[in-house]
Amino acid sequence: MLAVLGMASVTYALRAGGYWLMGRLPITPRVRRGLEALPGAIIVSTILPIVLKGGIAVGLCLVVAAAAQVGLKKEYVAVFCAAAVAAGLRYAGL
Amino acid sequence: MLEKNVTLSLKGCSQGAWMCLPVFPGIIALGAVFGTVAAQKGLTFLEALMINSLVFAGASQFVAMEVYGDPLAWGTLIAMVGVTGAVNMRMLLIGASLRPWLGQVPAYQTYPSLFLLTDLNWLLALSEYNKGTRDWGIYLGSGLVVWCVWSLAVIPGYFAGSLISDPKAFGLDVVLPAFFAALLVPLWKGKRQTVSWLVTGAVATLTWALVGGYWSIFTGAIAGAAAGAYLDD
Repeated sequence: MLAVLGMASVTYALRAGGYWLMGRLPITPRVRRGLEALPGAIIVSTILPIVLKGGIAVGLCLVVAAAAQVGLKKEYVAVFCAAAVAAGLRYAGL
Repeated sequence: MLEKNVTLSLKGCSQGAWMCLPVFPGIIALGAVFGTVAAQKGLTFLEALMINSLVFAGASQFVAMEVYGDPLAWGTLIAMVGVTGAVNMRMLLIGASLRPWLGQVPAYQTYPSLFLLTDLNWLLALSEYNKGTRDWGIYLGSGLVVWCVWSLAVIPGYFAGSLISDPKAFGLDVVLPAFFAALLVPLWKGKRQTVSWLVTGAVATLTWALVGGYWSIFTGAIAGAAAGAYLDD
């Protein structure tokens, strides 16, 4: 029970902490540009280990998702395409 | 600098909720698998429910379950809290990047809503913000609905074992990264992003190879943001 509360509070502290900190810092143009670059950087660094772990099959699915997004501009279609390709690849034994 | 036009409406909430619909299968599968893992580890139903709903961060729950052992010693307890913190370290950055938007909302509303912060509603909120949406119901609605689905998904998993024995066969494991990849596309605007992402990729790959685990998300993101901050167009 203590572990549950500990895990819950550490997670919430991190959720709120970054937000709180950014409210205390002066937002200079440099900080603002950094914040603007942050989302893309988080996404890239989150996806990369997944691809490195998952191998070519996962990498291919993400390329499909990105390509579908460029062409169709609909996130959900892109996700569906990627999942379909993944299911197909697994079925084929990759 | 800050625009004073952030609003909150029921319409925005329901729009945010609807936008999460396509990822429900993935969330339900993952939540159910957590229920199964928790049951196998010998947690009581109440404990499984509480971890799932209060911690509300998929990957870290699984890692914590890896560490968990019965009976629970102090060392294990500290390790569980520690790995949870390490895996969720990215929340610091995600929360920080929401500041320009939620900073205009009264604090008594934002801080409770930050409990619902996940990668998913963060991404949705941010891509909507970039499209010009200023209704933070998108964030709130998507957070609430994901929390509800996640909280309920654990129940069948706990009792029925794994309903979907192999989520991989249905491609469910690529749903979240594919969603990320799709949302990355509109963020690309030119040279600054290219350089920033290359720096991110290099640092993240290096960290992943040397340290492993989830640290690469943190180091890569910091490096990429720094590159973005110091690169003048």
